[in-house]
Amino acid sequence: MTTSTPDIIDLLAGIKPGSSLDRIRTQRPETREQAQKSYRALFEPENFGDVSHAERQAIASFVAGLHRHPDIFEFYVSPLEEGEANRWVVEVLKAEIGAAQAVGPYGRYPAGALSVEDAPGPIYQVSDAGREALGAKLAAALEHAHLLVFHLRDASPRALQALIAAGWTTNGIVTLSQLVAFVAFQIRVIAGLGLLAASARRAAA
Amino acid sequence: MTDHIITPKIENRPVAFTQAEIGWTPWLEPLAEDDLTEAHLTGLVEASRAKSPYFRLLVRDPQVLEARTKTDKDIFYNTRTGLPRAERELAATAASRSNGCIFCASVHSRFASHHSKRGDDVQKLLDEGVDADLGERWNAIVAASVALTATPPTFGDDHIERLSAAGLDELEIADVIHGAAFFNWANRLMLSLGEPTPAVQ
Repeated sequence: MTTSTPDIIDLLAGIKPGSSLDRIRTQRPETREQAQKSYRALFEPENFGDVSHAERQAIASFVAGLHRHPDIFEFYVSPLEEGEANRWVVEVLKAEIGAAQAVGPYGRYPAGALSVEDAPGPIYQVSDAGREALGAKLAAALEHAHLLVFHLRDASPRALQALIAAGWTTNGIVTLSQLVAFVAFQIRVIAGLGLLAASARRAAA
Repeated sequence: MTDHIITPKIENRPVAFTQAEIGWTPWLEPLAEDDLTEAHLTGLVEASRAKSPYFRLLVRDPQVLEARTKTDKDIFYNTRTGLPRAERELAATAASRSNGCIFCASVHSRFASHHSKRGDDVQKLLDEGVDADLGERWNAIVAASVALTATPPTFGDDHIERLSAAGLDELEIADVIHGAAFFNWANRLMLSLGEPTPAVQ
């Protein structure tokens, strides 16, 4: 059991016990507890099912990298750096993150009145070298994560078919989707509350 | 079990933002209601959610769904203190409008209208987009939600100052952050695992 896992949002947003933001989070105890439980269900589950621990850390690192959030990237990538076997994966991830940068949200609406709002942007594909190093399954997950992070309105059954073709099960795709979407949530809470905490400290100084 | 996608045939698919009660249909097979175990029912949190294909798909990972559902409920329904429900729903609608989730925006714009009694302003947000002028307090909430929704997020001190100038205290600003952030979770699931279907006439 890892009941001692620190509260990840507090940790990464720099929220100190007794601070004004700590008191604010205390008024939303269920949000704080369940956001942490969501984290643990994704990264410390009793059963990793169809998505391995290393795959989960790698995908979350990639998502944090696309958000250009170095501390959260470091947080998710560090378990991979501990194992000899994954050290190379970390280098590949860094290279892929560099190649996958974009600014979102963009993408196309279903044809109609909203088509005037269609916004073009890159469709990312893992490099050949990256695909070789990561394998087809993880490479497909990174391509899907890029879609979900930057241009979610381009999502399609075809994108899910690409995952299945690369070895993803339906259960695995649900976990993958939750993982990318949760990290997108977590990063925004950390970024938002981190700034609010800094602004509260300035006001108190 | 073979894993396969579903490509639904939809006539008159929703192609604009609306407050109407549209539906949603999955691109992957949900669990069958009859196959739900105790662990699945715990993951669904509310037994009535077993009727929803969306939740029966997500319940394939029951522990994540349970924690996600409880996070959602507290962010939006725990309104004893902090930001009024209407403005949490406004943050959800603004994030959904910005990401382009027609289904999420339909549900949460209805809630925003219901709780605020400002259905015309909510409709203006749907019709004109996130730059619509809704009065300074709502404009500040929409701008903050949209900045948090950008990737990478562009939310900054100026957004906090604007919310503060509009009368929001720290707890209320934290509620805006949570409402918008949560819809960056929900939009990604709704948009990528299925699509909207027309309102039942």
